Amino acid sequence: MQQLRRFARPISSFVVLCLLGLGTYLPVGHAAIISTEAVVNAEQAQQQRDHVRDLLNRNDIKTYLSARGVDPANVQARVDSLTDAEVDALASRLDKHPAGGGLLEVALIAFIVLLITDILGYTDIFPFVNKKAK
Amino acid sequence: MMRATKAVWSLLGVGLIVCTLLIVGCANTPQTNRLLTAPDGPKQPIELTKVPFFPQTAYQCGPAALATVLTWAGAAITPEALAPQVYIPGRQGSLQLELLAASRRHGFIPYVLEPRLDDVLNEVATGTPVLVLQNLGLSWYPKWHYAVVVGFDLLAGEIILRSGGEARHIVSLGVFERTWKRGGFWAMVSLSPDRLPHTAEAMRYVQAILGLERVRRWHDVKVAYKTTLSRWPGNLAAQIGLGNSHYALDDLPQAEAAYRRATRDHPTAAPAFNNLAQVLADQGRLQEAEEAVRQAVYLGGPLLERYEQTLQQILVRQRKAAGGHT
Repeated sequence: MQQLRRFARPISSFVVLCLLGLGTYLPVGHAAIISTEAVVNAEQAQQQRDHVRDLLNRNDIKTYLSARGVDPANVQARVDSLTDAEVDALASRLDKHPAGGGLLEVALIAFIVLLITDILGYTDIFPFVNKKAK
Repeated sequence: MMRATKAVWSLLGVGLIVCTLLIVGCANTPQTNRLLTAPDGPKQPIELTKVPFFPQTAYQCGPAALATVLTWAGAAITPEALAPQVYIPGRQGSLQLELLAASRRHGFIPYVLEPRLDDVLNEVATGTPVLVLQNLGLSWYPKWHYAVVVGFDLLAGEIILRSGGEARHIVSLGVFERTWKRGGFWAMVSLSPDRLPHTAEAMRYVQAILGLERVRRWHDVKVAYKTTLSRWPGNLAAQIGLGNSHYALDDLPQAEAAYRRATRDHPTAAPAFNNLAQVLADQGRLQEAEEAVRQAVYLGGPLLERYEQTLQQILVRQRKAAGGHT
């Protein structure tokens, strides 16, 4: 038992040193590689942003917005300022409103208008929209 | 008194009719209708007769169905061996996620199909059995079940399944669509990394490979990215994924080649330049590495901070190398 104690301290210091060494050594080589997952996520975020942008570029929606005094160019800039997570939440909601079909279309437009007024800070309907301080 | 009883009975009758109508009304089958009226589509009956059959024991439809598709894909596996990995006794069944995870553990790539009946039939028609989740009961009285679609006959409007204790369970497409719809239209195929599902979509397939990356089966991952590139040669994620799997396997020249191809095909893809820089630095080619990483920093994007870190590391190594010479 006594002998075990005598050895315990040097051994544990050695183990600690090894672990520390591992901690500082390993990441140097590998930290710099961007994982495939990160690349996929970035690409998907871009796709979703394009999806939202295409939607806002539709003429019926532009007309609807400008008729209510919202400048489409302004809206575009605000959507660009959304984070990836916000765009993701938005796109997943948009996908629940399939394009085409009369009644759905009205709901879709109403949704988008509310969303945009949310972004502009006039309304506060969707919790995932990051409100801009006015 | 008599009149009151009669009124109650007629009310009950009306209620029963309404309930039946509600159930029938919910159970329309648009996908089947479209398939059966479409002029294109295989006219001959199709059946994958060589797909093995594992009769299900007790509640273990999950292990039996998974063993069926994995054996077909080339695994040497039995439902008994799979059961501990996918069967959850408390639930008397398996979860979809468990089936995906178990496929990966055996080096196969599980690919969840789009919720379309014609995609399921397309996979079967091109030789791949499809594992499906069904609810054989009703939405409020569920009876969950996994089965494997192995054939169909559009003229007869029938589908053939390896299901429970039946090697050839034949049901009408309409009935299948209803039970499958109540199972959330969930269907998957599980193939070896050198085979692509016929209906695969590039992004979804790459995401399926990511699951295999997480269990660090780098050799299988490498093969899977090569397979992806055979159908979509310009896919950026697959090009970088191929480089990353070579890198993980310590094959630096091959990793370099893959990243270079990515930078050539996608001159604005900063991650490709960053990873190329790293693999060049690892081979001691610090000057080339610096050029590559400066391009990544110049292109910028959401991962800019990472490229700047890479640049700093390379500059440090350059200084060390210069110091070593003087």
